[in-house]
Amino acid sequence: MSQESGEDEQQTAAAGKPRHRSYRTFRDGLRVALSVPGVILFASAAGFGALANDAGLSLFNAVLMMATFFALPAQVVMMDQLARGGSILAGAAAVALTGVRLVPMVVTILPWLKDDRPAVWRRLLALHAVAITAWLEGHRILPGVPEDRRMQVFLGIGTGMILTTLVGTAIGFELAGTVPPVLAGVLLFLTPIYFLLSLMKAASLAMDWLAILVGSVMGPVFYVITPGFDLLLTGLIGGTICYVVGRRLDTLFEEPDE
Amino acid sequence: MSGGFLATPEAALIIVLVALIAHEPFRWLGAYLGRGLAGDSEIFVWVRTVATALVAGLVARLVLFPAGVLEAIPLAVRLTAVVAGIAVFLWARRHLGAGVFSAAAVLLALGVLAQ
Repeated sequence: MSQESGEDEQQTAAAGKPRHRSYRTFRDGLRVALSVPGVILFASAAGFGALANDAGLSLFNAVLMMATFFALPAQVVMMDQLARGGSILAGAAAVALTGVRLVPMVVTILPWLKDDRPAVWRRLLALHAVAITAWLEGHRILPGVPEDRRMQVFLGIGTGMILTTLVGTAIGFELAGTVPPVLAGVLLFLTPIYFLLSLMKAASLAMDWLAILVGSVMGPVFYVITPGFDLLLTGLIGGTICYVVGRRLDTLFEEPDE
Repeated sequence: MSGGFLATPEAALIIVLVALIAHEPFRWLGAYLGRGLAGDSEIFVWVRTVATALVAGLVARLVLFPAGVLEAIPLAVRLTAVVAGIAVFLWARRHLGAGVFSAAAVLLALGVLAQ
């Protein structure tokens, strides 16, 4: 069964190293929230909480947003759109564009999560946990877990990550209201720098780097020309151009060799 | 910002609706498609590029045109912090924590000096 997920071996290179601590239970999964990726996630959730405070959300709405989306880019897209008084529909469309990237994440984690217990809530919770951090940790840890324990461990990882972000959001929200403005600025700054470096960390093809560059330039231009629709257009136009150019570059560099 | 709409129950309703209609279904779609699609299909390469450009645009918007408190920190300081973060991140073999921490430290140091 584990061969089925062979296509994402490159993502699980780290899993090849023997790990001495074994993961078998829900609680083992929960503990992953205390690892380095969990701490980074906590800090970025705190950044989101600070951003939410700055945008005028209530603490309840900020935590609600973290819980219902559980994907920081989509949240910040929607929140920033609402805070600037932009079109809700255009915001939702931009949210959907960032959401599509969850489809391949689910497709590639699913073969690790065969569950013989038919409870729907278990599936929905496991799916809801799929976002970059839990996905990466799942790919790192699950290959070393006995097959019949994987769902349980992943539910633990997911629950731990979700709880981490909820607490992080609340703490960031409260801190932003009490610390000096410069420190609040630093908290607010965590989100964009975390997003940018995450993109760079995930970049593997020429078109990924191109998309980072083109998006950074095109975004502000569209923001000035067509505020409210800037992210939608940047993604669709910029991303598609980068995809086409990237594919051309790939063939240019590959063909002479073959 | 002003107005206070984002603190209301109506805003909460919008948040939940957008999450349920425009976001969460992609997770269910992945589970539905699961068996039929390979995770490295060409369509997903395009999807990733579109999402990457969009999020990069969002980053640029947040750094260049911040909506709130971050505005008080000069643009030059914000840009310097971003460059420092990228430099340390790349130097530390793409270590996320190192990059984020360095950018925050530079922003704090220069932000205090600029006051």
